Amino acid sequence: MTETTLTQDATVILERAHFQQLLDALLQSGYRVIGPTIEDRAIVYESLSSVEDLPIGWKDQQEGGTFRLEKRKDQALFGYTLGPQTWKKHLYPPNVTLWQAKRENGSFKITPPEEDRQPLAFIGVRACELSAIAIQDKIFLESEFKDPIYQQNREGLFIVAVNCVEAGGTCFCASMETGPKASTGFDLALTEVIDGEKHYFVVNIGSARGLDVIKAITVRTPEAGEVEAAEARIAEASQNMGRTLETEGLRDLLFRNIENPRWEAVADRCLTCGNCTLVCPTCFCATIEDVTDLTGQHAERTRRWDSCFTMDFSYIHGGSVRYSSRARYRQWMMHKLASWVDQFGTFGCVGCGRCITWCPVAIDITEEANIIRQGDVAKTKEA
Amino acid sequence: MATTQQKPKLAVWKFASCDGCQLSLLDCEDELLAVAGAVDIAFFPEATRATMPGPYDVSLVEGSITTEEDIERIQMIRQSSTFLVTIGACATAGGIQALRNFKDVKEFVDIVYARPEYISTLEKSTAIGDHVFVDFELRGCPVNKYQLVEVLSAYINGRKPITPSYSVCMECKRRGTVCVMVAHGTPCLGPITHAGCGAICPAYNRGCYGCFGPMETPNTSSLATWWQQLGVQDVDIVRAFRSFNAYSEAFRKEARAHEHQE
Ligand code: SF4
Ligand code: SF4
Ligand code: SF4
Ligand code: SF4
Repeated sequence: MTETTLTQDATVILERAHFQQLLDALLQSGYRVIGPTIEDRAIVYESLSSVEDLPIGWKDQQEGGTFRLEKRKDQALFGYTLGPQTWKKHLYPPNVTLWQAKRENGSFKITPPEEDRQPLAFIGVRACELSAIAIQDKIFLESEFKDPIYQQNREGLFIVAVNCVEAGGTCFCASMETGPKASTGFDLALTEVIDGEKHYFVVNIGSARGLDVIKAITVRTPEAGEVEAAEARIAEASQNMGRTLETEGLRDLLFRNIENPRWEAVADRCLTCGNCTLVCPTCFCATIEDVTDLTGQHAERTRRWDSCFTMDFSYIHGGSVRYSSRARYRQWMMHKLASWVDQFGTFGCVGCGRCITWCPVAIDITEEANIIRQGDVAKTKEA
Repeated sequence: MATTQQKPKLAVWKFASCDGCQLSLLDCEDELLAVAGAVDIAFFPEATRATMPGPYDVSLVEGSITTEEDIERIQMIRQSSTFLVTIGACATAGGIQALRNFKDVKEFVDIVYARPEYISTLEKSTAIGDHVFVDFELRGCPVNKYQLVEVLSAYINGRKPITPSYSVCMECKRRGTVCVMVAHGTPCLGPITHAGCGAICPAYNRGCYGCFGPMETPNTSSLATWWQQLGVQDVDIVRAFRSFNAYSEAFRKEARAHEHQE
């Protein structure tokens, strides 16, 4: 394929054998390339340099409170669905020093932290995760107050999305209309196809930068049936979601069920450990910690991920507003599925299923919402 | 906070304990000089023979109450201290030696000592807070040295120390550790345990042992039910809750609930 024939709306094929070229092109362009790799028997998002760093030939089995990696029969590069970590780890890091201060001549001097200006490239972003990034963009970049740390990491970010051809055991992106196919917000989107001896990626180009990268590597025009094979796999994933969530009227349903007895039942199981919020790709809450050293000459301000499950989160003069675990679980779920709509115009949930898999006691947001729907106070009143 | 221009006077006291928490202070290599510069170490037998008489601005108390003399001594310490901080699981919950509280201590003494009549001890090992008012409790077995320095820095600078009481999971997730319970099926006490260690054990593929005791709102029964589903036997659930913080209320109750009469 000659360079001149390539345009941004072209669909091309990247052979598995040439996949390393994609990584090399990004690395040579100066990106820190971050993508899926195996650590401690799970998928994490870390720096990559070689295709060998990818979880080749592995898949994940996910259920409430359970995640296991298993060998696949094939050598797929992206044969897993999602691990515990989210891209927010790199865009909105869990622990950041905001500034340090030092006393000087009766006043004090503030030193901002050192900045790492290397642009990031994410490889293997799932459709639900693209939606989550779009949600966090709205929070951190499109509101009155921009978050400079997020902004710096986000600017220049190169995104290689990878469409899901198999859905995970706790996924419900189809219900949330966020996947399994990436429709927007990427520079390149790949769909992996393994068909007998053939192993290739169907590539959609989403931006001029994406086009530049594609021009720098070996790709070819699709043969008959190759694009269709990719589409068929995505459609199949869409039919095989591990979970479903009925979103029709969901916001109103939850608002009128503030006193539903189900909250008590889930509170009996909830550990208020905060895992669900920390693995959620859209949760954005953080706390600010100010410390001084022993001499009182230095001070430091740190930002850390927080969770609405902690007592400090709702602490005001006299105590915590959300003292009971019932109130805390309800706050989290209603923020995700009800009040987020009023706040930002979409749900705060993209259906990735992480909060279900990584809840140590398997509490399931889809199950809780569905049970509340069954026991809807509006229905019970009518009856 | 001390109102005089003088440096606050610090005393470190020991009751029934292994000395590990005091050693955490001595282990603060980088910060130790700063500590010595910021306070007058008035009484700290583990570190220096020199002593200054009370009263003391800050007393760090390690260890649990296990003898009649302890009961008297802690009253004296309380009276001569403005700000009393308990350090570690022994001082805060009775420590590992509180395992005696679940059995007949006389029986132990008879088995262990050649001349049991020389031993004078209380039936129970109890926390400092069971005897006197405690201004601040620092958790851990042992305490985290950074948290210990943080408590001192906060006191000296007149601010609240940052020692969050949420779960170990918060620290575990922030450091990016893969959950050992979800990904490996390894029982972990992290969700019901007070943060502070930095989630060390899961980072080394071990479940949390609960060294920092119960977190702010510990739902121990839900976690224990999940452990049972992971295949943990009741006898091992009892063991897990009966360690360094066995006599803390939440752990004590949960262990009791899984104890069956033989
Ligand atoms: S669910 Fe809780 S932690 Fe997540 S964004 Fe909402 S308030 Fe914050
Ligand atoms: S609420 Fe749960 S399923 Fe929804 S985006 Fe967050 S972690 Fe994923
Ligand atoms: S729902 Fe699960 S993960 Fe979330 S706080 Fe409760 S127990 Fe923890
Ligand atoms: S490994 Fe333990 S401490 Fe870490 S998240 Fe899992 S349950 Fe919590």
